[in-house]
Amino acid sequence: MGSSERATFNNKVVSWIDERLPVFTLMQKEYGVFPTPRNFNYFWNFGAIAMFMLIAMIATGIFLAMNYTAHVDMAFDSVERIDRDVNWGWLLRDIHMNGASFFFIAVYIHIFRGLYYGSYKKPREILWILGVVIFLLMMATAFMGYVLPWGQMSYWGATVITNLFSAIPLVGDGIVKWLWGGFAVDNPTLNRFFALHYLLPFVIFAVVFLHVWALHVSGSNNPTGIEPKGKQDTLPFHPYYTMKDTFGLLVYLVIFCAFVFYAPDYLGHPDNYREANALVTPAHIVPEWYFLPFYAMLRAITFDVGIPGTDIVFISAKLGGVIAMFGSIALLFVLPWLDTHPIRSARYRPQFRLFLMIFLAAFVVLGYVGSQPADAALAGVPLQVIGLLGTAYYYAFFLVVLPWLNKTEKGKDVPKSIYDAVMAAEGKKK
Amino acid sequence: MTAGSKSQAGIVTGQVGHSADDGATRRDFLFLTAGSFGAVGAGIAAWPLVHSMNPAKDTLALSTTEVDISKIEKGQSITVMWQGKPVFVRHRTEDEIDQARKVDLSALGDKQEDTARVKKDREAWLVVVGICTHLGCVPVGQKPSESRGDFGGWFCPCHGSHYDTSGRIRKGPAPKNLAVPPYEFLSDTLIKIG
Repeated sequence: MGSSERATFNNKVVSWIDERLPVFTLMQKEYGVFPTPRNFNYFWNFGAIAMFMLIAMIATGIFLAMNYTAHVDMAFDSVERIDRDVNWGWLLRDIHMNGASFFFIAVYIHIFRGLYYGSYKKPREILWILGVVIFLLMMATAFMGYVLPWGQMSYWGATVITNLFSAIPLVGDGIVKWLWGGFAVDNPTLNRFFALHYLLPFVIFAVVFLHVWALHVSGSNNPTGIEPKGKQDTLPFHPYYTMKDTFGLLVYLVIFCAFVFYAPDYLGHPDNYREANALVTPAHIVPEWYFLPFYAMLRAITFDVGIPGTDIVFISAKLGGVIAMFGSIALLFVLPWLDTHPIRSARYRPQFRLFLMIFLAAFVVLGYVGSQPADAALAGVPLQVIGLLGTAYYYAFFLVVLPWLNKTEKGKDVPKSIYDAVMAAEGKKK
Repeated sequence: MTAGSKSQAGIVTGQVGHSADDGATRRDFLFLTAGSFGAVGAGIAAWPLVHSMNPAKDTLALSTTEVDISKIEKGQSITVMWQGKPVFVRHRTEDEIDQARKVDLSALGDKQEDTARVKKDREAWLVVVGICTHLGCVPVGQKPSESRGDFGGWFCPCHGSHYDTSGRIRKGPAPKNLAVPPYEFLSDTLIKIG
């Protein structure tokens, strides 16, 4: 990034600094005049919104940490104290609590945008993979953060999720004890989760930096999925997209504030306002909403895989569920090599768009299944079956549908350039 | 390597007794050994960090619990803590013992005789770790008001595993029977777990 060509600045102080450390040149190049496709829709706001949420989470988190006590006897009370006694503590906590949800909302929309418009395709594979890494880190961070208030859901969520690792053959039990630092989720576990919950956001920040760096090498994708071919296809990032991002962010924050101020506990679970108790499991353990589809996949596998008619089992139901859950994310990593269709945007791929929409629906249905008790039913159909079907479609979309569409889908005519596409759309309006 | 040290193609003069090929091989060897030692050293240096996360000595020291069982009536069950985990101590009725012993082993997921799960001549006492072998919830069935599942033992409300009166898994996603912790009878009314 130590670029050789520098911009010129009228301000002498700025100029003096820039000669020695060209940060102003860098900002000017990457955020001032940076050529950006002229046809972004509002889907392109969510990267900036996610970035804002990350910073808001780090900012509130640091101040919450100043009043939090990571000890099993005091954690729950220290969080209640933040809510009741610490000046503006309730606000910090409600922003942080709901901020996690709104960070995930932004990121899920951001990921879906990438899927819909083919943003993971050449030359943006690494950009996409870094995004999946951020998503994984976010899940780990959110999970550990949820344990800190030491409520019933905190404790039992931590117990269920750490026990997933016991499914690994041979070393599983050792790994779980290592994760716990004891024989159950207890004080050592709470302490290390706090330490890691404080660390990981900064790791996320570093990966976001790489993500943005990769983005600025390839440039942004856009709704047509065609690369800009010249000046007529782009706009300088500032003021066009700084303004559009700011506007979108403000709309998003209005909704966010509605939750923070009027329904701070709407997205949470009342059981977490009961202190952790190792002797009583809540009747119905559910993770936070943003994990529900993955939780449903974990529970979808209830059968052993082995030789039928014998007791020989290769993959137990428990390990099968764990594989199904982690595999669903592993698939995202290899997506650029599963979907190699030359057309990027779903706009010009009607078949891909149809299957992608079913995929979205399956993901939402999985979320619903994950939110319900294991033995519930919907309209007479056991949710168990629906969960298994949803999981099967999730996998089939990546492993069957995409490779099949690579070979068979012809797609629609793609416009010659972004400029042509924009002008054609303008013409239609008039 | 400077250009002057080369006289003919590929042969280094001035380094007595070694051709250029030899030199490259030796350098490769040195690089590889230095690299491997570095990697092993980094691994050894990382071990204290990794091992610090394993259970500490004071945690390991809390490894036994003594339980007075004189107050537990037939049909009753109590929960005690051992290593931060709940342990169920159940005083079984004759019916419950019969039920547990009648079962055809082939009907079990995790095949184990009831006799292998209790102490000889103390069949009335069943001691199991009260943690579902699926994902670690505490099964219900300790209180009279709670469901004991379809097999009269325990029922895990998280994902619906049913355990019988020997603590064996009979139905649901759990892969194994409730674990029997190491324990011994110190007297007729006192047991030591751990």
